[in-house]
Amino acid sequence: MKPYDIALIEQKAKAIRRDIVRMLKTDRGHLGGSMSIADITAALYFGAMNFDPKDPHNPDRDRFILSKGHSVLAQYGALAELGLLEREVLDRLKRFASPLQGHPDRKFLPGIEANTGSLGQGLSVANGMALAGRLDGQSFRVFVIIGDGELSEGQVWEAAMASAHYRLNTVTAFIDNNGLQATGKISDRFNTMPYKEKFIAFGWNALEVDGHSVKEILDAVDKAKDEKTKPTVIVAHTIKGKGVSFAENNPAFHHSAMTKEQYELAVRELQ
Amino acid sequence: MKFGKAPRIAYGEELLELAKKNRDIVALDGDLSKSTMTCLIEESYPERYFEMSIAEANMVATAAGMALKGKIPFVNSFAVFITGRAFDQVRQSVAYPGLNVKICGSSSGFSDFGDGATHQSVEDLALMRCLPNMTVLSPMDEHETREMVRFMAAHKGPVYIRLDRNEVPVILNENYKFKLGEPVVVRSGKDVTIFATGQMVSIALSAAALLEADGISPEIVNVGTIKPMNEKAIIELARTTGAAVTAEEHNVRGGLGSAVAEALMKCPIPIVPVGIEDRFGQSAADYSELLQAYGLTAESIAAACREAKGLKKENHG
Repeated sequence: MKPYDIALIEQKAKAIRRDIVRMLKTDRGHLGGSMSIADITAALYFGAMNFDPKDPHNPDRDRFILSKGHSVLAQYGALAELGLLEREVLDRLKRFASPLQGHPDRKFLPGIEANTGSLGQGLSVANGMALAGRLDGQSFRVFVIIGDGELSEGQVWEAAMASAHYRLNTVTAFIDNNGLQATGKISDRFNTMPYKEKFIAFGWNALEVDGHSVKEILDAVDKAKDEKTKPTVIVAHTIKGKGVSFAENNPAFHHSAMTKEQYELAVRELQ
Repeated sequence: MKFGKAPRIAYGEELLELAKKNRDIVALDGDLSKSTMTCLIEESYPERYFEMSIAEANMVATAAGMALKGKIPFVNSFAVFITGRAFDQVRQSVAYPGLNVKICGSSSGFSDFGDGATHQSVEDLALMRCLPNMTVLSPMDEHETREMVRFMAAHKGPVYIRLDRNEVPVILNENYKFKLGEPVVVRSGKDVTIFATGQMVSIALSAAALLEADGISPEIVNVGTIKPMNEKAIIELARTTGAAVTAEEHNVRGGLGSAVAEALMKCPIPIVPVGIEDRFGQSAADYSELLQAYGLTAESIAAACREAKGLKKENHG
């Protein structure tokens, strides 16, 4: 395994969080879920993934699929940090004809691998890529980030069975376990737990990490890479809104706008 | 009329021929491979056959992933499930990104007559036709099916094809060349234009005999491409006779009849639709019993032609 520059990746995660706040300003948007996956996204793009921003269509690249497509602000931030989009574009989130669509659209940006946002479909798409890669004798990896709320989509479990049946050890799924869905606590609104046990029962290798510890995330990905037959799920315990005090664990910031004061506070907190 | 192979059989055989030449062709199936005939791919190229079992949503999005990695996936189930159960996956993961996925709807219309309404597609054309980026095909016989399957493999982009389960009359021959979007005149006439699709073309030909006895000369046009439709050609054909009838084994709401009506919106030509009158299907002992019961007959088409001809006279009277 190559040594990871943990400090650098942590800086990138912080930069992604700043980018998210810059993109949103005082408009409504998916702050909470984007913040909760910032560290995973940074760990993948700046650590674990074989992805060269100078050659983003390389057929052997690792793929990043954001099944919880509404959190794409984190991915936009990563792509900006990688130089795949002009920084000024960050000020045109969800504007007409902007490459920064409300949910990822691959026709606008290199690095976006699939059009996601209708929840529950990303793992299936990842499986398809992995199966096709295997047919072509390639060994690239596919990383998928799935929301904990998204696990209520039945298709995720259809796909989970397929990953295990086809022994897709190149597929790694993160569960962004921030404990909140759009309308409240997952435990109250619609309990999708337990995660690890469910995936193990479905034939997966399952790990748990602190989803804000870059080191733990990368250690888990290294373990997933050693797995010879099973797909791996990494249940990442995260805090929705992580990095912005007033948004942390606050269901309102699934999609609410920050006030001007909140926005300024967020900018200060992320300095 | 001479019967040919069932479109689903012709589809399976042609897909196998194409798979021999093109290693990127893969087949995914929802536990129906012996009906959809992808069993032929499984036998010859097991590594390129993917059993996705009874999970159509996952199957369609998996095919999208394969297309993103350069494969040409043919996704198979019954027409009613692949377009209905997996509609969102077809919309979000295939049509919207415009991926090179071929959606193959087997046992379309009433052709799975025994299984009843749950397995009979009366709405597949409507569902697929309203999706941007989607090409929609409806072959009339064995030869058109083969040509369309060849087209699908060569064409880059999402395509839906509906495939009859049963043997249907052969109208065309081996020399037929399918051209996307082009309506094909299969019988010339001067009083009324019948736009038909699928096996309704052969039923329209039977209607012609009834009409000739009354001194009415129908022109019969096969509309194999439901979308994109060459609207200019449809208008010209309809104008030649001044009266139109549509015939399809599909709900009259949303299918061929609607597509032809949209094409003719700007020119006042009466259109009388023949199809399933906004009802679900049901079980029957054989195919023809259902076609009869739902008015998908030569007699219905003949009556529609007389009505259309009468309306033309009224409009001009």
